[in-house]
Amino acid sequence: MDPLILSRIQFGANISFHILFPAITIALGWVLLFFKLRYNATGDSAWMRAYFTWVKVFALSFAMGVVSGVTMSFQFGTNWPGYMETVGNIAGPLLAYEILTAFFLEAAFLGIMLFGFRRVSNRIHTLATVLVAGGTTLSAFWIIALNSWMQTPVGFEMRNGVAYATDWLAIVFNPSMPYRLVHMLLASGLTVSFLIAGLSALRYLNGDRSESMWKALRTGVFTAAILIPIQIFAGDQHGLNTLEHQPQKIAAMEANWNTGPNVPLVLFALPDEAARENKFEVTIPDGASLILRHSASGVVPGLNDYAGNHPPVFPVFWAFRIMVGTGVLMLVVSWSAAFFLKRRHSLPKPLALVMVPMALSGWLATLAGWYTTEIGRQPWLVTGVLRTVDAVGPVAGSQVALSLAVYLILYALLLTAYLGVLVYLALKAAKDGDTSPLPGVLDAPLSQPAAK
Amino acid sequence: MTLDWPTLLPLIFAGLMGLAILVYVILDGFDLGIGILFAAAEDAEQDTMIAAIGPFWDANETWLVLAVGLLLVAFPLAHGTILTALYIPVFLLLVGLILRGVAFDFRAKVPAGRKHRWNRIFFLGSVIASLAQGYMLGIYVLGLDVGLGGMAFGALVALCLAAAYAAMGAAWVIYKTEGELQKKAVLWLRRALVLTALGMVAVSLATPLASPRIFDKWFVWPAMLYLSPLPILSAVLFAWLWRQTFHLPKTDDRHALTPFLTLAAIFTLGFAGLAWSFYPFVVPDRLTIWQAASAPESLAIILAGTVVVLPIIIFYSFYAYRVFGGKATDLTYD
Repeated sequence: MDPLILSRIQFGANISFHILFPAITIALGWVLLFFKLRYNATGDSAWMRAYFTWVKVFALSFAMGVVSGVTMSFQFGTNWPGYMETVGNIAGPLLAYEILTAFFLEAAFLGIMLFGFRRVSNRIHTLATVLVAGGTTLSAFWIIALNSWMQTPVGFEMRNGVAYATDWLAIVFNPSMPYRLVHMLLASGLTVSFLIAGLSALRYLNGDRSESMWKALRTGVFTAAILIPIQIFAGDQHGLNTLEHQPQKIAAMEANWNTGPNVPLVLFALPDEAARENKFEVTIPDGASLILRHSASGVVPGLNDYAGNHPPVFPVFWAFRIMVGTGVLMLVVSWSAAFFLKRRHSLPKPLALVMVPMALSGWLATLAGWYTTEIGRQPWLVTGVLRTVDAVGPVAGSQVALSLAVYLILYALLLTAYLGVLVYLALKAAKDGDTSPLPGVLDAPLSQPAAK
Repeated sequence: MTLDWPTLLPLIFAGLMGLAILVYVILDGFDLGIGILFAAAEDAEQDTMIAAIGPFWDANETWLVLAVGLLLVAFPLAHGTILTALYIPVFLLLVGLILRGVAFDFRAKVPAGRKHRWNRIFFLGSVIASLAQGYMLGIYVLGLDVGLGGMAFGALVALCLAAAYAAMGAAWVIYKTEGELQKKAVLWLRRALVLTALGMVAVSLATPLASPRIFDKWFVWPAMLYLSPLPILSAVLFAWLWRQTFHLPKTDDRHALTPFLTLAAIFTLGFAGLAWSFYPFVVPDRLTIWQAASAPESLAIILAGTVVVLPIIIFYSFYAYRVFGGKATDLTYD
């Protein structure tokens, strides 16, 4: 088979698998810090119990993120040597700064955060939590800077087919970077809040009414309810930014073939690239013009202006709709749950039942969003600079096929095991309630003396 | 050789990359080794062994990311050439690292009945990762383009590097544990040392024989004289460590860290020998560090960050090791 398509599937599979875990650890680090600070302020051991339950999820997610991330640092070379040969002068320093400032920070203090509660002072343990959370966020900053630069490259010049940096500030803070970073950080926040809310709802359904369950549940639901409208606004701003810098991506997201005013919003369609039209269209008149240009007569770019130079329409169109649809569902669920928790101080069973599968809604939306923006960049690897087809390596298709098959099996098994452990940990926490001893938590009513 | 930045920067980065690889081999060496030794340990001992590496392994593996990252960012041409040539062993290495990395966490979190499965996966992943690294080293010293004989040599180096890691793991267990397990680890160390020595001799002989250029670098007067401390010192350290295995553990647990430090010294000497053999090439006999390097302005901006950050990294890494110093006790979150 063709090494190009196999390499793309392999990298896509790896990076899809990888992003699931940073999407959790980036925000979960800050949630753990919140639990920790609440404990420091109130001395209520339930906060520490919530911390210890979720720090296990953090540890497991972090390990999954590390191992899948290591894989990617090798795949740049094994599958995409043309990438570093062309833009290595720019991608290199950004990746180096991610490793130096973020990876070591999180890895070194993770040990203290996970296992050091009884070995260091409470203050150092809190500091370790801050540094790990800060490290994961810093890591996101650098990698988003690089990804955004690939989408909207600036601050460089080409000499003999190789990119050379001319303005590092412009490279790091390239036009799409602030939007993408905010969008991703919020996405991580939503992923984690729905995960916490969902697994807490599972505990609730299993009869757990412990204080640590309520604290986690409220944290998850209220965070989600606050973040989702901000995310919808940030996503809209990100879209307008894309319209300005990558109009062909917007055209594909909206499946709009002809540039012009009064473009309808396509709710449902099967875009047909061969015929260059949409089948089974359901539309709202002037919708796309209104959303993108804030006027019914606003001109929206069409795919026919970029023939042969725009991304595949079908996957971009549908990935975008899955993301938006999931976002709307998140809004409905989190606001209803917030209403019941705030006004009624209870959670209706049917709503709890819906919240359990919604635990993974953040993953779905994050993946769909990344598919939209990454497939939307095609046929370019770096917009206007390097085509994906020119970056692929000389490795034989059979070797890539072999490695791809093994990776896919491995990822499927690991994902199953990971989800199994999440459910197991939630059920175990539900069974233990507030009764398990916390030997390290000194000033709590249920705790026991520190073990020697 | 003029000492301007375009000349110096690739040199500095080759040095940094070498340092990252060496630190990785020593640090991840002991936790990979403990994974290999899992096969020989009882259930309770396995928990202690995990406790001896649990807080560290993440940071240890980050040195591999740094090493590969430096290869990627400082010598992008070499990164592509080396990793495409070693596609399958790199792939196996990654599968191994994935398996052991997650097994670490899963074994502690799954229901008790499933723990055995993850222990086996932890062992398997550690073995695969170590073998793959050894195989890559073997193929690399022969110049990447190898036939069947080269593959056989790669297999031999793979076995010996796995043994060397097992020796490191055993030395770490001696440092971090006491009682029966510590005594067991002394025996493990003695056995693993034999294969480690064999591997070092094999690589030391094969490297100059495979390349006339390297042969000429070692076997000319007076370079031979200056270089002679490398093999002699290594041999002395090996012999001394071998004798020590008959006297350990000592009363009051004196010198518990000595085997580990001795092995680290031996690794460093062997590494220095390899560095001398291959300098100035980053891809043997094909690309020098200057031919493969990124643009000086890019290297300069990475170096600026490295100079500031690397000492801080080293400082807090030591701190993390100190927090978990002393004999390993049960690892718990709360």
